[in-house]
Amino acid sequence: MTEATDSLDKSRTATFSWYDFATRHRASLAAAVILIFPLVMPFTALAVNILIYGLYALGFNLVFGYLGLLSFGHAALLGTGAYFCGIAIVHFGWPWYAAIAAGVVGGLVMALVIGVLAIRTRGIYFAMVTMALSQCAYYLFYQAVDWTGGENGLRGINVRTIDLFGLRLDFINPMIRYYVIAAFVIAAFFVMSRILASPFGAVIEAVRENEMRARASGYDVTLTRLLTFVLSGGFCGLAGALQALHLSIVPIEILHYETSGLVVMIALLGGMGTFFGPMIGAAVFLILENVVSVWTVHWQLIVGAIFIACVLFFPAGIWGTLIARGRR
Amino acid sequence: MAGLSFDLIALQLFAGLALGAIYVLFAIGLSLIFGMLTVVNFAHGAFYMVGAYVGLYLISLGGNFWLCLVAVPLLIGLFGLAVERVLIRPLYGRGIDYPLLLTFGLSYVMVECVRIAFGKTGYPFDTPEVLQGAVNIGVGYFPLYRLFVIGATAAVLLALWLFLEKTSFGLIIRAGARDPQIVRVLGVDVSRVWLIVFGIGTAIAGFAGLLAAPLQGVIPEMGGTILAEAFVVTVIGGMGSIGGAVLAGLLVGVVVSMTSLFAPEMAKVSIFALMAIVLIVRPQGFFGRAGLLS
Repeated sequence: MTEATDSLDKSRTATFSWYDFATRHRASLAAAVILIFPLVMPFTALAVNILIYGLYALGFNLVFGYLGLLSFGHAALLGTGAYFCGIAIVHFGWPWYAAIAAGVVGGLVMALVIGVLAIRTRGIYFAMVTMALSQCAYYLFYQAVDWTGGENGLRGINVRTIDLFGLRLDFINPMIRYYVIAAFVIAAFFVMSRILASPFGAVIEAVRENEMRARASGYDVTLTRLLTFVLSGGFCGLAGALQALHLSIVPIEILHYETSGLVVMIALLGGMGTFFGPMIGAAVFLILENVVSVWTVHWQLIVGAIFIACVLFFPAGIWGTLIARGRR
Repeated sequence: MAGLSFDLIALQLFAGLALGAIYVLFAIGLSLIFGMLTVVNFAHGAFYMVGAYVGLYLISLGGNFWLCLVAVPLLIGLFGLAVERVLIRPLYGRGIDYPLLLTFGLSYVMVECVRIAFGKTGYPFDTPEVLQGAVNIGVGYFPLYRLFVIGATAAVLLALWLFLEKTSFGLIIRAGARDPQIVRVLGVDVSRVWLIVFGIGTAIAGFAGLLAAPLQGVIPEMGGTILAEAFVVTVIGGMGSIGGAVLAGLLVGVVVSMTSLFAPEMAKVSIFALMAIVLIVRPQGFFGRAGLLS
């Protein structure tokens, strides 16, 4: 059950008005939380990571939660965004805003290529095909050493200052860096909220709930899926571009299939098909990783166990469970 | 180019068949489990990897390779039974994505456990002495062990075929793959059949891991790579089809082998290109049943 379908359920909204309020102003609420977030975090680098992975999961959730297709190839979308942004800066010397745009375009294009092929399959096949195609992207970027640095990763993405309308911001300063990246993430939240509230957003969920009925109502199911996947690619491409700027390097591991698996875990942990779920999932996941890594190197064991427990006992995720509680 | 003689190409073709044999074994288990349980086993690569490590461990204890060929599939199969019973069974009827996600998490746990037990670095795996060396197969000398891999795969396929086609339990499996509800109505305990099929599938994965170990050594990450490649095989062959898995597995092996001869830099990418073509021309794969995937 998702927020958007709940909001249609007008007869019941009166009984939990806080929830109705949160749904209507979801993007503003997310923006408010993001703005005060670094003040409560022990260090900003972690907060930036949470923002970026939250955005990555937000884009993924559009396909997984709202469209109902499980993609195991989102690493390719994130990675292409990061590489396009990095290549634009390192090889072409583009300014930072053009490089971010290049990253978004990279995510869109890669999503279009993968989408056109993978949308032809249905159901569980989709996960396998997207995973295989993203593995293909991994090898392609790995071998294009001249452009991507291959195994060593793409180095030298040095953005020291952010110049905007005569304003010069010091990108090295962690706080300023956080708020620059936060500006993009907040914008993405507003765009996502707009997409989900639009008639097209309703069609996306209609396709998930009942494909036959959506088709009978005259909607082009295949096109809807492709468009949604491409949109998701735009969000993930943006996340990749911000990641490249934040790390000053694009490691080849960004395209590894574990990066695809990571976002599935984050979305499931936070609550798939919910608006705040991905960001909450990213926060919980990364903070937990930070804490656990202090006392053991076998973080993956814990990740796997948490994931199994989530699938078995908490399929709705943290935010999804909270919503279900609130509704009772 | 004098180097590209007919003999060289023929030898490379055989090398491709040996590589393909591993893909076939891996994909057959995957396909068998999917065809019956509609579970995509993302931990299949981890079972494969554990199979190789169990073989390594048994040999270090003083066991020989032939004993491993029997013991490894048995142990991995038993482990598979336990996994199905405890972890996957509660998820039946809860949507097709959940078992997939669960097995994905399980693969993390298995890989990390192996890292804890054996360390992060890989080990070489000695080819058993009897199978070292090369034999003349008419077009040139070919490593004996690779020939053995092809033979062992053929033997497993034959045994599986006999089991599925000639035994009454095989009949139940085939019927269950087609329509589990009718089979249940006829008084068969379907959950027991699913349990056993999962066990068989994982046992074959362990066997494949053991066979592959002398060819490429063992490292904890060995399962991840082959999983993506096996997905390519199942997409090309058609999900849930055993014949498709055999044909596509051999085809993928030969394509990898041939491209590494003619265009080494394209070897890794070639099979994905092959998959893309199949997806465009025939999305359900060579032998796929279109209805199975809806």
